[in-house]
Amino acid sequence: MDTKPFNDHSYEAFLAEEKIMGARCKKCGKVALPPRPLCISCHSSDMEWVQFQGKGKLAAFTSISVAPPAMAKEGFSRNNPYIVGVVELVEGNRIVGRIVGLDAKKPENIKVGSPLKAEFIPAGPGSNSTTSLVFKP
Amino acid sequence: MTKRKKLARGVAVVGGGLSKLGLFKDRNSKDFFAEAYLEMLGSVDKGIDPKDIESIYIGNFSNDFFVKQGHWSPIIADLVGHVPKPITRTEGACASSALAFREGVLAIASGLYDIVLVGGVEQMSQRTTEEVAEGLGSAGSPYEVAAGLIFPGVFGIIATSYFAKYNTNRETLFNVTIKSHQNAPLNPKAQFPLTIRDFMNARIEKLRQKGEPLPNWQDEKDFLRDTTVNPTVSWPMHLFDCCPISDGASCLLLVAEDIAKNFTDDPIYVAGIGQGSGYSLHAAPNITSFEATKAAAQEAYNMSGFTPDDIQFSEVHDCFSMAEIIHLEDLGFFKPGEGHKATAEGLTRLDGPKPINTSGGLKTKGHPVGATGVAQIYEVWLQLRRKAGKRQVPNANLRVGGAHNLGGTGGTCTFTILERK
Repeated sequence: MDTKPFNDHSYEAFLAEEKIMGARCKKCGKVALPPRPLCISCHSSDMEWVQFQGKGKLAAFTSISVAPPAMAKEGFSRNNPYIVGVVELVEGNRIVGRIVGLDAKKPENIKVGSPLKAEFIPAGPGSNSTTSLVFKP
Repeated sequence: MTKRKKLARGVAVVGGGLSKLGLFKDRNSKDFFAEAYLEMLGSVDKGIDPKDIESIYIGNFSNDFFVKQGHWSPIIADLVGHVPKPITRTEGACASSALAFREGVLAIASGLYDIVLVGGVEQMSQRTTEEVAEGLGSAGSPYEVAAGLIFPGVFGIIATSYFAKYNTNRETLFNVTIKSHQNAPLNPKAQFPLTIRDFMNARIEKLRQKGEPLPNWQDEKDFLRDTTVNPTVSWPMHLFDCCPISDGASCLLLVAEDIAKNFTDDPIYVAGIGQGSGYSLHAAPNITSFEATKAAAQEAYNMSGFTPDDIQFSEVHDCFSMAEIIHLEDLGFFKPGEGHKATAEGLTRLDGPKPINTSGGLKTKGHPVGATGVAQIYEVWLQLRRKAGKRQVPNANLRVGGAHNLGGTGGTCTFTILERK
């Protein structure tokens, strides 16, 4: 696993193994999620893989009623909205992902700060990936 | 103290044009650009011989996607009779033509050219709303697109973060929408030249004609609360929080400062230009602020020597109601968390101390994305020349105005300061 390049392809391959993997700079310790081939803090390219627990809290969200074509293919519409959120992981990094298990038709009841955990689901027909990282309560 | 980086040579705006904005199924990009270009030629007080224009910079986000036609710039050069002069397309999503303006300024400042045409064009009405949302969404980061995020969703996310951080809610955004629509009927080129009260009256009249029960709205905010007329797009962004899909074009004539008086006795000078880049949403250190705006503003303030308080009025990139409030804070007009309060207090109204989006903004004027940046600077130019008609800022000493343009989800931002000397 250590030989994988620090890029999107490797990130998605790890998601298919139900692992959230980022890249940590061995020089300054800054962690990038998704992984990057170099550190944007100290510009070192000496990176190592680091696994995330998949636990965090909802930092911000939206409930989308007007679905773009790729999401419409998955059955989302004005009558079936979906939630996308920014999740702040316990390790400190943030990530954008779909939020499941909350009522997208009642977004006014969703609280910023709610605890969430990662789930790995097969990607929909509109996606180029095999696995989607989503979060649920 | 940051080093004050200046242009090697001054640049002035001496002409401008803006097409009528809206949805025009029977016209295309060439028609919109020709309309703006002809207005520009007629606007130069002492005249311009088109042969004297040396180079063109044109902003266009995605004719490739919207009308399946790439490489649009030589078609524009040919349209207005400038082949074989150089024409360069700039792409920065919704900030595409502010980049064209900046490149034009830099080309003159470098000494290479004396007379440059800059502009922007976009034709969006050939696609469905969902397709436009997908096309615009492609200007977000790949990670956001993969999660199913679209532009209204990005600003929905920013809004829920802002509301939680500053203990406010959706109602505060109504003040932005109502304010922008107050300016709209004063702009003859606006796509929706209507106040919110006009929308209410039109709706009541329609229901009356159909013999249906009439709504009991108490005021404009009550209308905006009603999801039958203001449906959710991407909560908390509703229809009236979002700018429309638009067609249109804009252009400006730039000349070297030392020859500006050959074209007009009333040139408007470029005091400062700034451009910045930004992070993807998940990587942004602060969800309720755009790094790119702050960097662009700092560059423009440093170049001009002006401070946020010196900017007497400004166009800001109100693609969504929430966006306007974030920009008011990032540009330093108001402190973080205070932008929404300032709007509620009426400080950003046309007759307030800091008029924002005198044109009616993208929300009411329209947002043909590649044309918007130059269209915003055109508004500032008109205001400084006191030629903004009924929407003229009522300040006898109008001297300094700003234009802020945002591309993507904040990936590219610019801030331009114009000055009447």
